[in-house]
Amino acid sequence: MTYRHPFYELDQLHNEIDRMFGSFFRPMEKNGRRSAFLPGVSARAYPKINLYDDVNNYYVEALAPGIDPTKLEVSITGGVLTLSGEKTAVPGGLKPEAFHRSERAAGRFIRTIELPNLVDANKIKAEYKNGILLITLPRAEESKPKAIAVKVS
Amino acid sequence: MVEKTVPTQQEGQVRQSTETTRSEARYVAPPVDIYEENNRLVVAADLPGAEKDSITVDVKDGVLTLQAASKSHAVGNSMYAEFEFVNYYRQFELSETVDVDKITADYKHGVLQLNLPKAERAKTKKIAVNITP
Repeated sequence: MTYRHPFYELDQLHNEIDRMFGSFFRPMEKNGRRSAFLPGVSARAYPKINLYDDVNNYYVEALAPGIDPTKLEVSITGGVLTLSGEKTAVPGGLKPEAFHRSERAAGRFIRTIELPNLVDANKIKAEYKNGILLITLPRAEESKPKAIAVKVS
Repeated sequence: MVEKTVPTQQEGQVRQSTETTRSEARYVAPPVDIYEENNRLVVAADLPGAEKDSITVDVKDGVLTLQAASKSHAVGNSMYAEFEFVNYYRQFELSETVDVDKITADYKHGVLQLNLPKAERAKTKKIAVNITP
């Protein structure tokens, strides 16, 4: 049997329960039902994200094909991760009648993601490959699970 | 260009979908842009997560087939998910004006771009009009 951290396990269970009730990890957009009075954040959540975790890191994976990596910005403020950038449309100068199909969306986007726990902002890594942005966010020391030795008295 | 939503059936071939035994894969049609530019037709398809080697593009009996598989590189336990990694599949029927032998494909940042040059006979030719007094 592999040894798993007891608190990690507990943490997982906690996440599981929270997920069931849907209260855990709510992106700020709340599934697109956001007040129109707040500009700058699109009503539709783009890019779509997946979140993973392990003992040391959180991983955010964003589905963002066709973006020039130089136009992709990732920033963190406190526990809020912001992804922004621009997906450029097909080369300009094309007349509308040149199109047979236009299904791929284009334009500027911004998305803020509330992270479930503190991360070490200086050690975040972002990698863009095959249209997927993978961000590795190391957990901050204080948010890592710690074992507490039990003394027998 | 006509889109084929189901694989085309060839003469004497038993109809078979792309899903076969032991294939748990799910297929989605990737979004595409198709436009004409400089005597060619350009097909751009979003295939996020697809490795270059997993992409197959072929033309058979005038039907263009795009196929690709995507997979995640993330490790760890899933906490929250909005998308999943799927396989892509889409077919288009080409008109005779496309020069099938000269089709080229590029893959960059998750977007596959196919360049389909028009056949010589379908290209626009300008005919100079001479004015004879």
